[in-house]
Amino acid sequence: MSTLFCRNGRSDSLVLEGRLGGGESVAVTVTDGVIAAIEPTAATARVLAPAFVDPHVHLRSPGREDEETIASGTAAAAAGGYCAILAMPNTDPVVDSASVLGSLVAAARRDARIPTGFMAAISKGLEGDELTEMGELTDAGAAAFTDDGHPVVSAGLMRRALQYGAITGRPLALHCEEPTLSRDGQVHEGAVCAELGLAPYPALAESAMVERDLSLAGHEQRPLHLMHLSAKESIAALRRAHERGIHATAEVTPHHLVLTDEAVRTLDPNVKMNPPLRADEDRKALLEALRDGTIGCVATDHAPHSREEKEAPFEDTPFGVTGLETSFAVLYTELVQAGLLRLETLVERMSGGPARALGLPEPRIEVGARANLVLLDLDTEWTVEESCFRSRSSNSWLLGRTLRGKVLKTVADGRLVHG
Amino acid sequence: MRHLLSVSDLDRDDVERILEAAAALRGLEGKLPTLRGKLVLSLFFESSTRTSSSFELAAKRLSADVISLKAAGSSVDKGESLKDTVLTLAQYEPHAIVVRHPRIGAPQLVARYSGAAVVNAGDGKHQHPTQALLDLFTMRDALGRLDGLHVAIVGDVLHSRVARSLIQALALVGAHVTLVGPPTLIPRGIEAMGCSTATEIEAIADADVVYVLRMQRERMEAAFVPSLREYASRWGITPERVRPGQKVMHPGPVNRSLEIDGRVADGPDSLILAQVRAGLAVRMAVLHELLAAGAPARETAAVA
Repeated sequence: MSTLFCRNGRSDSLVLEGRLGGGESVAVTVTDGVIAAIEPTAATARVLAPAFVDPHVHLRSPGREDEETIASGTAAAAAGGYCAILAMPNTDPVVDSASVLGSLVAAARRDARIPTGFMAAISKGLEGDELTEMGELTDAGAAAFTDDGHPVVSAGLMRRALQYGAITGRPLALHCEEPTLSRDGQVHEGAVCAELGLAPYPALAESAMVERDLSLAGHEQRPLHLMHLSAKESIAALRRAHERGIHATAEVTPHHLVLTDEAVRTLDPNVKMNPPLRADEDRKALLEALRDGTIGCVATDHAPHSREEKEAPFEDTPFGVTGLETSFAVLYTELVQAGLLRLETLVERMSGGPARALGLPEPRIEVGARANLVLLDLDTEWTVEESCFRSRSSNSWLLGRTLRGKVLKTVADGRLVHG
Repeated sequence: MRHLLSVSDLDRDDVERILEAAAALRGLEGKLPTLRGKLVLSLFFESSTRTSSSFELAAKRLSADVISLKAAGSSVDKGESLKDTVLTLAQYEPHAIVVRHPRIGAPQLVARYSGAAVVNAGDGKHQHPTQALLDLFTMRDALGRLDGLHVAIVGDVLHSRVARSLIQALALVGAHVTLVGPPTLIPRGIEAMGCSTATEIEAIADADVVYVLRMQRERMEAAFVPSLREYASRWGITPERVRPGQKVMHPGPVNRSLEIDGRVADGPDSLILAQVRAGLAVRMAVLHELLAAGAPARETAAVA
């Protein structure tokens, strides 16, 4: 059964014109939600690409609907060019039972603007002690399993989860953090952290757990998905695992690809995230891994927080920033325009890469496929302001920044959802 | 200079000007009219003896009106956010806000939500810039120079805002700094601030000044050192470990017989009480710098 849910309704018929990856300008005709024709057309500057898939979004529902709802979060995703997203289960209550998941699926069928999947927790209450009823959760529509926000601290429980994955067939997505090493840490351990006096969160806290989980995955011969990697040591471990034939996919966020811990000197709560921004050599290693495919996915880790929570001294504020509505533009501006990444690679890592990694339908521009398309304007500059956001929260690290590249239209599962 | 949130807000000229002003203001009797009609708010969200009293007295000596608030007994007790406290007090249109807060980034937030000049009187483990200035003042007073001075800072650097501010300030005036302490309490990467590090107490031998940091008993919970007894025996500053003429400083409050032996703290080379005296003059100079810029402290003093 499908693991993506959204508002039922019409399928659209429309024509979109733009340049494809190869450079040729085409008119794509969508009839009743399906790509019916792809025909040459007069040259256009706009780019037509497979729509994006975000494997890592916090929709904050249930529990913190003041920060985000299924409706607002999926509207934000549509505006960002996404045709599918996966929501994290660290809500209140936690998505650790079929009843909570069932109510979310029902809500998504009512409110979700684009196809939305829900990850369920690996451990009950995200407490790391007992496995959730993963079989029943799978039957109820869980797209994948994660304890995101928390690591699975117990190696024994992690092993059981991998073993059980043979039954569910659903990916395990892991937040890798060794808590006795990160321990109250807020900022990458290094010169900036030493100078600011913030509690250190060393790269080793991530990479040690990445190594453990890759060892377990190798032993059990089960796949896993590593979330929001931040450290060059984690990349090195992942490369070694790939050489050994371990099936591991990974994601990286726009903020880890663009910022370093130097940004923390501002003490702006909107550069506080978990894992923290790291050193420039880490950022470069992440970019290289994204380029060569070691990391196959860009994930926003869209983490809305209320104004009150972020209007506090840096140390008191929660981790996390929003990202759905700025991800393409910031990566286009900072990586593609800067000559560091090809546009085709960026699109692949934002679309096909995450879809394959998480077992979701891959958006394709071909006759007969369900239409999942994004139309991009690469020439327009715009300034990120609170008023731009469909999200209920505006804790973006990009406020005030001018970016190049705009999402003009998004077609998700055959429907025009933006533009 | 709009605010004094961090030593990094200062350049060498600023430091010279403030230290000169402090020298001119030191020892004056009675009040100066310099800040008459100005309102200084003092907000202490964390306990303090030296800093809060010296800021209050400094403002009063310059004829400013002073409101002093402590977290205990204020609306903070009722759960008011720092932002709301600041927005509320900003309605009195203070010219300066002196703030101490246990969390890093609090003074930046105060500066964001008020129009006042903000002085950081200590934020978490981050910065305590007026402490660094008064320490420079004390060192120069005792040793006649700062350039080329060698200062050993001993103890729990990891949790010390005093150390962070002082390392920056000493680098600014051309002094050399060696950090000495248990490897678990010397932050990784701190050499980038322009200092060297050592774990053996013998590294203090060549220092002109031994600056002893307070060892906080609560750090024991996180097992940064196996025991306070072991800390005292390896890094405690005893008479045997310092030589005559080697100056000893401590920001207070002192844990006698833990990080420093009472005989050293009370000895002839101790500058600990001189630091307290310097605190008043330096904080007067800082308020003067922020609120009466342009009027030289010496002339202001002469008018009085």
